[in-house]
Amino acid sequence: MKIAVKILPRREVLDTQGRAVEQALNSQNHSITSCRVGKYVEVVLNEADREMALNKVREMAEQLLHNPLTETFQLEVVD
Amino acid sequence: MNKTIGVTRFPGTNCDFDVFEAIQSLDLTPKWLWYGDHFSFSDVTAVIIPGGFSYGDYLRCGALAAKTPVMNSVREFAQRGLPVLGICNGFQILCESQLLPGTLLPNRDSRFIDQWVELKLVNGCRRFGPESKGVSVRLPVAHGDGRFYMDADGQKRIEDRGQVWWSYQEDINGSIGQIAGVMNENKNVAGLMPHPERAMTSWMGGTDGKSFFTSLF
Repeated sequence: MKIAVKILPRREVLDTQGRAVEQALNSQNHSITSCRVGKYVEVVLNEADREMALNKVREMAEQLLHNPLTETFQLEVVD
Repeated sequence: MNKTIGVTRFPGTNCDFDVFEAIQSLDLTPKWLWYGDHFSFSDVTAVIIPGGFSYGDYLRCGALAAKTPVMNSVREFAQRGLPVLGICNGFQILCESQLLPGTLLPNRDSRFIDQWVELKLVNGCRRFGPESKGVSVRLPVAHGDGRFYMDADGQKRIEDRGQVWWSYQEDINGSIGQIAGVMNENKNVAGLMPHPERAMTSWMGGTDGKSFFTSLF
């Protein structure tokens, strides 16, 4: 099963990368109000059961892939 | 007394020789600690985690180094109350290992900062550096991700518990409370962004870094 981990900086944390991209987009006349840049991680594991697979990847996200002080994450089953 | 100080090396560490030679210059004995190995606690009196770009700063600065065998040893070493100092990327690794509070984010202005800074001692560390509150030192910084961050509750907690070690005299990177270094509650684990090993002789530009190593003995 392939599971995606989508990681974003917490709203209250200054996202320097998002701010720079936002400024670049606005400078090209794309009128946007906000942009945040995070990370996208795909994990493939030998686990046929959807819930089991999600639990395992959630554990990976909690232990390593995201830092709870500054980031939030969401899981999504890709295939 | 055993005057051997362990110096960790990860893929991407690049201040290892600076720290190694700083220790040697004070007639102390450095000992390499390889990231893939555990080490014996009787071999070293203290551990220093030097700066650099461990694992190329992949994922988050220090995140991958925090999961290595040598850091498992460092964690146990620290839990016994023995001294551990993290410098720059070493500070980031200690935060990611949860041996120190908080985390370090990209500098507010997204620029790598390489300059000498004035620091003020907020609370003395029992193991490393000067002890008198309010004393100031001058050390170089060189970092892209040096913005110390905790939420407001976390900041209040470490301030109340006297865990703020050094603060910048000027706000250089957007750190909360202009924090440049913090300690664990027990004050045997400490981390700072500036580089004491780059301030060991007058030709380097200053000698304020010496006391961070000599204070152990």
